[in-house]
Amino acid sequence: MRISPDSSLFGQPATGPINDTIVFTWVVMALMAVGSWLVTRRLSTGPKISRWQNLLEVIVQGMRQQIREVSQQAAGRYLPFVGSLFLFIAVSNLLGVVPGFRSPTGSLSTTTALALCVFVAVPLYGIAQQGVGRYLKVYLQPSPFMLPFNIIGEASRTLALAVRLFGNVMSGAMIGGILLAVVPIVIPTLMDVLGLLTGMIQAYIFAILAMVYIASGTQARRKREVRMAEKEKPDTEPVTRSA
Amino acid sequence: MDAMSLIAMASIVTAGLTIAIGSVGPALGEGRALSQALQSIAQQPDEANTITRTLFVGLAMVESTAIYCFVVSMILIFANPFWNKVIAAGAAEAAK
Repeated sequence: MRISPDSSLFGQPATGPINDTIVFTWVVMALMAVGSWLVTRRLSTGPKISRWQNLLEVIVQGMRQQIREVSQQAAGRYLPFVGSLFLFIAVSNLLGVVPGFRSPTGSLSTTTALALCVFVAVPLYGIAQQGVGRYLKVYLQPSPFMLPFNIIGEASRTLALAVRLFGNVMSGAMIGGILLAVVPIVIPTLMDVLGLLTGMIQAYIFAILAMVYIASGTQARRKREVRMAEKEKPDTEPVTRSA
Repeated sequence: MDAMSLIAMASIVTAGLTIAIGSVGPALGEGRALSQALQSIAQQPDEANTITRTLFVGLAMVESTAIYCFVVSMILIFANPFWNKVIAAGAAEAAK
């Protein structure tokens, strides 16, 4: 039973053995990069745009809106990181239904790497926005006694991020394989479709959790950001107050 | 019963029990959270987006305990330190 793509060798080129995880990660990367380049070669700002550009715009706009709502700040700083997380996990889970493809997110190495990226990004964004002193002071809230618990909490939520994604994707792939031995092909196919749904949900959860962690570490300058966010919102009816 | 089969039996039984019992609590908790969220959406459909997003974040937090049980179970099955030690001891004894 092949538990993880880490253990199956794909080939032995001169540089050394490469396993399935690396090869399928390259496939996902190539697919996303080449696809985006093909779509964005001829961008149009007029009223008539190609359907692929429309699709990409819908996706990017959706991510921007979610990031803005979660962080209460302008989305531009966080979109590259959180958006890349979401897109990579979503595409690699979606491609899981392709025969012969083994999702790189079904390997603990990949998910741990992604979780470590989030673990490093949280203090990076926090320190870039507030400075080292104010960011580190948060660890002493609500009292200096809580310092070890805050640190352990940070480490455990990173671990939970990694194992949550790995467990969901790996168990989805494995249950299809196990059922294939005992029931007709219809049932494993339905399990694959369920795997699509859980893959999308897990990609969304990973990205939203990453955004929540980053947002909780960057709470400075709330007033200025609130004013900026207010400007981006559409006009609602004015609040009328009686005297 | 020699050490090797004792360790194997204990590891397998414990791994199964860990994940079986450990997933009961979080499942119940997530069900309660979900029912509260559905009730709030029924009361305030306009806020459905915020409620759904908060629900997902909350479910991820509640699921952490089940994930810890899953990790312990996986360690017992695939990265069992006592199993490796007793295998090495058995190989050394067979080589003597």
